[in-house]
Amino acid sequence: MTEAFTSRKYLRDMSLPFCVGCGCVTVINHFLRAVHELGHKDLSKFVFCSGIGCAGWIPSPYFKADSIHTPHGRSIPVATGVKLLRSDLNVVVFGGDGDIAGIGMGHLVHAARRNLDITVVMVNNMIYGMTGGQVAPTTPIGTKTTTTPYGSFEQPLDVTRLVVAAGASFVARWTTAHGEQLKESLKKAVATKGFAFVEAVSPCPTAFGRRAGFKDVAETFRWYRDNSVPLEETEKMTVEELTSKIAVGEYVDRKIPTFTETIFKTIREAKKSEKTN
Amino acid sequence: MTSKIIPRTHFWQGNEACAEAAIVSGCRFFAGYPITPASEIGEHLAWRLPQVGGIAVQMEDEIASLGAVVGASWAGAKAMTATSGPGFSLMQELIGYAFMTETPCVVVDVQRTGPSTGQATKGGQGDVMQARWGTHGDYASIALSPNSVQEMFDLTIRAFNLAETYRTPVVLLADEIIAHMREQIIIPQSDQITIINRKKPKPTDKAFFNGEDVAPMPSVGEGYNVPITGSTHNEYGYRFTADRAVHKQLVESLIGKVRNNSEKIVDYESNNFDDCDVGIVSFGCTSRAVYETVDLAKKKGVTVGFVRLKTIWPFPEEAVRNIAKNAKVIIVPELNMGEVFYEVERVVHGYVPVIPLNKIGGGEMITPEELLAKIIESVKKVD
Repeated sequence: MTEAFTSRKYLRDMSLPFCVGCGCVTVINHFLRAVHELGHKDLSKFVFCSGIGCAGWIPSPYFKADSIHTPHGRSIPVATGVKLLRSDLNVVVFGGDGDIAGIGMGHLVHAARRNLDITVVMVNNMIYGMTGGQVAPTTPIGTKTTTTPYGSFEQPLDVTRLVVAAGASFVARWTTAHGEQLKESLKKAVATKGFAFVEAVSPCPTAFGRRAGFKDVAETFRWYRDNSVPLEETEKMTVEELTSKIAVGEYVDRKIPTFTETIFKTIREAKKSEKTN
Repeated sequence: MTSKIIPRTHFWQGNEACAEAAIVSGCRFFAGYPITPASEIGEHLAWRLPQVGGIAVQMEDEIASLGAVVGASWAGAKAMTATSGPGFSLMQELIGYAFMTETPCVVVDVQRTGPSTGQATKGGQGDVMQARWGTHGDYASIALSPNSVQEMFDLTIRAFNLAETYRTPVVLLADEIIAHMREQIIIPQSDQITIINRKKPKPTDKAFFNGEDVAPMPSVGEGYNVPITGSTHNEYGYRFTADRAVHKQLVESLIGKVRNNSEKIVDYESNNFDDCDVGIVSFGCTSRAVYETVDLAKKKGVTVGFVRLKTIWPFPEEAVRNIAKNAKVIIVPELNMGEVFYEVERVVHGYVPVIPLNKIGGGEMITPEELLAKIIESVKKVD
């Protein structure tokens, strides 16, 4: 019989820093369940990279593992260096929407283009939570934030679709109200050869929900549930019908050449031609 | 060329010498972004590193380049990037991270004129203070200044050795003139070259940061479960975002490991400057005019002593103080509007006059004639 799941075996004996109702805790739970179900007894085959923001604190230092807590937005470049040296390890990046799709956007697109063999988990709370609730590239238009007191006047970015277009192997989006599906996609993401991206739409009761008019986290969850549309159904919907909906599902799962495969093939051939010279 | 360099005399470009020295040093990871006048380093390593089983990647920008270098260093590799002023500006964020996390790596800055895009193909020496104070906060830097193709080789090896010894980023502060020049270089036998590798931990070790000595450095994937962070942290890597004592101890350790070892790090060249009329403190390409100037001045009856800085940071204070005790006046020629000049003034502290000789733009060197004219003028002034 397989060992029962307990998140504690993967976590250091420290209390987590997240606010009550924060989606980061849900993401930790489902990620560690995914790791457990993949048969990892510990995190010795993982290296975690994260940047600045609440989601950057998911692995660092709470996971009993090697973790590199980088400057804001720079987790993916650092993960690139780690993966190229240690392609035998699972390199997983955690970050918020500001970290991954704001300041770190350039790195995200290029890592997806290269199809670098890492997993990126973007916890999308649609706000800069740690700095007190400023507008993010993912904030829905019209939302009042500390830097858009009259309502946001910018179109939000669909990060998931962008990563699909850039060329990733595996891309999925769920909300934290879709626990089982999120966990299953995280399992696939970790097992994917190539770039795997999972967006977890996640509540921030302190900096987003409060100003967006949600009275508690339960209401946010109801909102996620009522506004999430399975990806298959979105094809039949008009642009107007899709406004402020969250299209959830697995967007792509494709076998395409990965960055480590192509770079190591090139290096092997360069070495071989050098010997025959 | 085979995967091993043949130990003999070569005729190389400065950037080539730097790239070959990286391979000799054991560098097996390069990440960079194209920029004049440093591109040849990345191009050369893109060709050469795969031959020796190493990896060279071109990243999306200079920030990502140094990010990948930091990641590779923590995965156990000796790693390097190369850039010029605009890229060096972008890298300051990750340079600070490398200081804070005690990540050994080498950053080559082939200086051109600035600020901003400036004159991309023209040499300058305006990044001296950026190499010392470029990133925010409190830290101590190491920067080396080559003045020949030979030193592009020798000081690149030294940069790796210092990075590994002190677990810190080391800047090779080159300039366009040295980097693009071709001249004779002698590659010694491999047993004549000292290569230093980082101190690794024992299996029972748990403290990997801010030690009294330089702490041993584990790699990720070795089972140490090390939390690495650019936030203030204790010796085990745990974040302390508000504790005054932890921050003070960390920063004092970062500064101390360079400052307390500055005698071992500092390197310079000088001639016999006992009782000279004029002392010259120079570095990099500018110093190449000094040798001839010494002879020219002698013919005019003026004795010239010089100190040539091979390490700019930490600053060779003792050598500069000594020449100030022996000379009547100090001249500091630089291809900028005065950077090392201020450092010399600080060290000389009014003991003798310090006179700058600045030249900028167009990538033109300071000629021996210009330096001689400044010497004659300065001697008259003090007499």
